[in-house]
Amino acid sequence: MTREFAIVWAHRDRLLEGLANTIWLCVLATILALVIAGPITVALMSANRPLRAVARGFVDAMRCVPFLLLAYIVYYGLPSLGIRFNNWSAGLCALVTYNAAYMAEILRGAWASLPREHVDAGHAFGFSGARLYWRIILPPVVMACVPVIGNQMIQIIKDSAFLTIIAVPELTHEASAIQSMYYVPFAAFVAAVALYWLLCRIVETLVAAVERRAEATR
Amino acid sequence: MRAYDYISLLQGAAVTVSLSLIGIALGVPIGLMLALVRWSGVPVLGRAVAAYVSVLRATPLVTLALLVFFALPNIGVPIDPVPAAIASLAMNTAAFNCEIWRAALTDFPRTQLDAATAAGMTTGLAFRRIVFPQIWRISLPGLVNEMTLLIKSSPAIAVVGIVDITRAAVRIGAQTYEPLPPFLAATVLYFMVVLGFVRVQRAIESHMDRKFGFA
Repeated sequence: MTREFAIVWAHRDRLLEGLANTIWLCVLATILALVIAGPITVALMSANRPLRAVARGFVDAMRCVPFLLLAYIVYYGLPSLGIRFNNWSAGLCALVTYNAAYMAEILRGAWASLPREHVDAGHAFGFSGARLYWRIILPPVVMACVPVIGNQMIQIIKDSAFLTIIAVPELTHEASAIQSMYYVPFAAFVAAVALYWLLCRIVETLVAAVERRAEATR
Repeated sequence: MRAYDYISLLQGAAVTVSLSLIGIALGVPIGLMLALVRWSGVPVLGRAVAAYVSVLRATPLVTLALLVFFALPNIGVPIDPVPAAIASLAMNTAAFNCEIWRAALTDFPRTQLDAATAAGMTTGLAFRRIVFPQIWRISLPGLVNEMTLLIKSSPAIAVVGIVDITRAAVRIGAQTYEPLPPFLAATVLYFMVVLGFVRVQRAIESHMDRKFGFA
C-alpha cells in the first residue's frame, strides 16, 4: 500500500495539474455563471410576463436536467446544429449554463425577500433602471447570497468531475489516468478525494471570512 | 429514433430509478443512524462520523464510483458494477441525509425527552414513540430534495459500466448519428422521475395533514 502511494506521489505533478485545471475551470465557471445570472434574475423579477415565462422555463429546465446530460448535449448534441466545441469549451459552457440557472434562482430568492422600503428609498433618491439595479438592489442581494453561492461553488467543483467523461483533463481524469497506467486505483482515487475535500474546505473558509467581513462593515 | 431506441431508453430509466431507489432505501436509514451517533455524542465514533460526512459531502459521485469499483478489488474485495453503483449512491446520499436528520434532531426540544424519561420510557421507546414520529415529518422535504439531487447525479454510475438513462441516450446518439433526439427524450424522462418524487412527497404531506391536522 505504501508502494502505491509512493507511485502516486511520484506522479504528483499530473495530479496537481488536474487540480489546477479543476480550480480555474470552477472559478471561471462561478464568475461567468454569476454574471449571466444577473440578467436572468432581472427577467425572473420583471413585470413583463412573456420575458418572465422564458426565464422561468430556462431555469426550471436546467434544474431538472442532470449535469452530465447537459454536458453531453453541448459536446455531442450541438455539433449536429452546426455549433462545435472542443472538450474544454464544451465543459466550461455546460458548467456556466447549468449554474447560471441555479445562481439566478438563488439571487431571485434573496431579491424577493429584500424589504420593499429599501427599493422605495432608492426610487425616492432618484435611482431608476440599471443604476437602481447596480447600486441599490444588487449589493445587498449578493451579500445575502454569499453562503448559498459558496454552497453552489462546492456543487460546481463536484459537477466538474463529470467532465472526465468528455475527456477534460481535470482532477478525476488525471487520477484515472495515473490509476490505469500503474494500476494503483486505491491510492490514486483516495488522493483525488483528499484534494476535493481540501478544495471544498477552502471554499467554506473563504465564505466564512467574507461573511465576517460583511458583518464587520455593516 | 426507432421504437427499439425508445425501449432501450425506458430500460435505462428502469435502471436509474431502481438503483437510485435501492441507494435511497439504504442511505436514508444509514443517514439516520449516523445522525443518531453524532446526536448522542458517542466520543470517538461521533468524530469519525463527522469526518465521514465532511469527506463524502465533498467527494464527486463520479470519483466515489471509480474509487469503489476499482479500489475495492485492489484491496481484495471483488465487486460487480451494480453493487459498486448501489454502494456509491448509498454512501453519498447517507452523508447528506445524516445532516438533514441531524438538523431535525438538534432542533428537537430536550424537554420532551425529559418528560419521556419522567414517564418511565427507556431511550429506545422514547425514540420510537416520541422523537422519530416528529423528526421524520420535519425531515421529509429535505430528504425528498436530496433524493432529486441524487437522481440528477446518478448518471455518474455510468463510469463503472452501467447503462442508465444518460448512457442509453449516448449509445442511441452514437448509433443513429443524431444525438439530440435521444438527449431530449432523456431530459423528459429525468423530468418525469424528479416530478414523481415531488408528487409522492406532496401526497404524503397531504395525507398527514388530513390524518393529524398538520404536516
